[in-house]
Amino acid sequence: MPFIPHTEADIREMLAAIGAADIDDLFDEIPASLRIGKLSNVPDGMTEQEISRLMLERAEADGRPLCFTGAGAYDHHIPAAVWEITTRGEFYSAYTPYQAEASQGTLQLIYEYQTMMAGLTGMDVSNASLYDGASALAEAILMAVRANRRSKSRRILVPLAVHPHYRKTAHTIVHNQGVELVSVPYSSEGGHTVADTLRQYEGEDITALVIQHPNFFGILEDVDELTGWAHRQGALVIAVTNPTSLALLKPPGDWGDAGVDIACGEGQPLGVPLASGGPYFGFMCCKQGLVRQMPGRIVGRTRDRDGRIGYTLTLQAREQHIRRSKATSNICTNQGLLVTAATIYLALLGAEGLARVAQACHANTRMLVEKLSANDYVEPLFNRPYFHEAVLRFSLPLADVLRPLYAHNLLPGYDLSTDYPELGNALLVCATETRTAADIDLYGDHLNRIIERQTVAGCPVKPRMA
Amino acid sequence: MSNIPVDRKYSRTHEWVSLNDDGTVTVGISDSAQEQLGDMVFVEVPEVGQNLDATEACAVVESVKAASDVYAPVSGEITAVNEGLTDSPETVNQDAYGAGWIFRMQPADASELDTLMDAEAYESFLASEAH
Repeated sequence: MPFIPHTEADIREMLAAIGAADIDDLFDEIPASLRIGKLSNVPDGMTEQEISRLMLERAEADGRPLCFTGAGAYDHHIPAAVWEITTRGEFYSAYTPYQAEASQGTLQLIYEYQTMMAGLTGMDVSNASLYDGASALAEAILMAVRANRRSKSRRILVPLAVHPHYRKTAHTIVHNQGVELVSVPYSSEGGHTVADTLRQYEGEDITALVIQHPNFFGILEDVDELTGWAHRQGALVIAVTNPTSLALLKPPGDWGDAGVDIACGEGQPLGVPLASGGPYFGFMCCKQGLVRQMPGRIVGRTRDRDGRIGYTLTLQAREQHIRRSKATSNICTNQGLLVTAATIYLALLGAEGLARVAQACHANTRMLVEKLSANDYVEPLFNRPYFHEAVLRFSLPLADVLRPLYAHNLLPGYDLSTDYPELGNALLVCATETRTAADIDLYGDHLNRIIERQTVAGCPVKPRMA
Repeated sequence: MSNIPVDRKYSRTHEWVSLNDDGTVTVGISDSAQEQLGDMVFVEVPEVGQNLDATEACAVVESVKAASDVYAPVSGEITAVNEGLTDSPETVNQDAYGAGWIFRMQPADASELDTLMDAEAYESFLASEAH
């Protein structure tokens, strides 16, 4: 839809038609004491030339380091066609369409996105997306509390191997609603959530169990055992998954005997650039029986009065513009632009293409782990299968190794010491399909040189890196 | 002019309540209510065994344009729910006072029924609400 702004003449004509002298007259109902007038700490506007230069300088400050960091956002190749098409005028919109008669193209695309996500996760239905993986987990928890009518406790078991940002975000969103998040420890050998540690909750009223797979450490969980345990307890199961991994791993709809109840996660790996942290999108899928408790937009397919297929927003009575305080969520939008990119990405790659991406990621990460742990001071921390990420333990201070690696224009991995101090000098590393063998060798060679400089006895003067 | 049978009582939130021989009551929504809401697409029934206070929300009727709470007209325990409404929510439109019943409950205090309106009072109530 083209944007046609008012001209000064249009404005004067409209004001004359309603008998107002100028635009300020239209606001004279607002008491003078409430009007700000001028925003005192907002600087004056800049010219296009000035702002372009400012943005270039800022972008350069980020640099373009060689990325070996995952931890929830992954540096995948995005085919040029994805954003060529997404930025076309017909698609380029952030928002969900209320006017079905004017938005069939967008609605059809969202419907196809939903179909793809449901297929990928092995679930019955998907919504039109949420803001990001972290808030998607929070919404899934609230949904489980609403949907599990037999459980009154509002206690949710959340493994510590779930992404720390997701746990913090979920806590922020749910704890004022009387929902208790109970932490479940992980194994120090395997990095996974051990089913035995759940025994202490047997016979208690647990509303839901969250399972992230692969978990934050990249480790594969015992999804069937954990899902089966939760369902036997009358708890719902919320799966948090990586969409790329689903090309190879068993989808949440097949976990345990009945599959999980809600599957959610971060959609960034599907054609969305890292972009310094966002915007990304969250996905959520569920079983058919729970669809009325699912938050977010849902697009449905139907027939118009002439019998032709049409698409429209559906099940809107769950949403706050109708249900108000009893709505399933306060969210009333989706991440339309990113969903468009993800749908085109998936359509271009297809199931086979996505599987190849996943295989390449895994192969590269294995190569990275082997190359780096060839050094005597580095070893894999956990002894279980992983997917496209792994934790390495260093037997020298990690900070002394990371600093010089940053100086060599590398993003060597995610330092776990803040979130998991009990792991000591531990680094979460990742190599996607975009890292070549030469990249991995570069990282390994730099690391070896840096460690040698730090550990070779003799010279008491340690080099000081900036 | 909607249908208001005289053989039952009515609440200010448009539920009808009919007393059964075994002392339980059957509850649904009035013809006027179903007309206002429009075509039903979903009814969320309460759980059998649920204990409720009078005026507590316990069910939801969802139409194409609105989702409305249904309130317990008296305090008591849910003894039965109309499972058929899951597959055929339109029954509430077609037969609001018969097959469109939503739940049955055992009242905790039979005297609470006296606080409800009879058909004539409900008719006046609807007329006054219309303004």
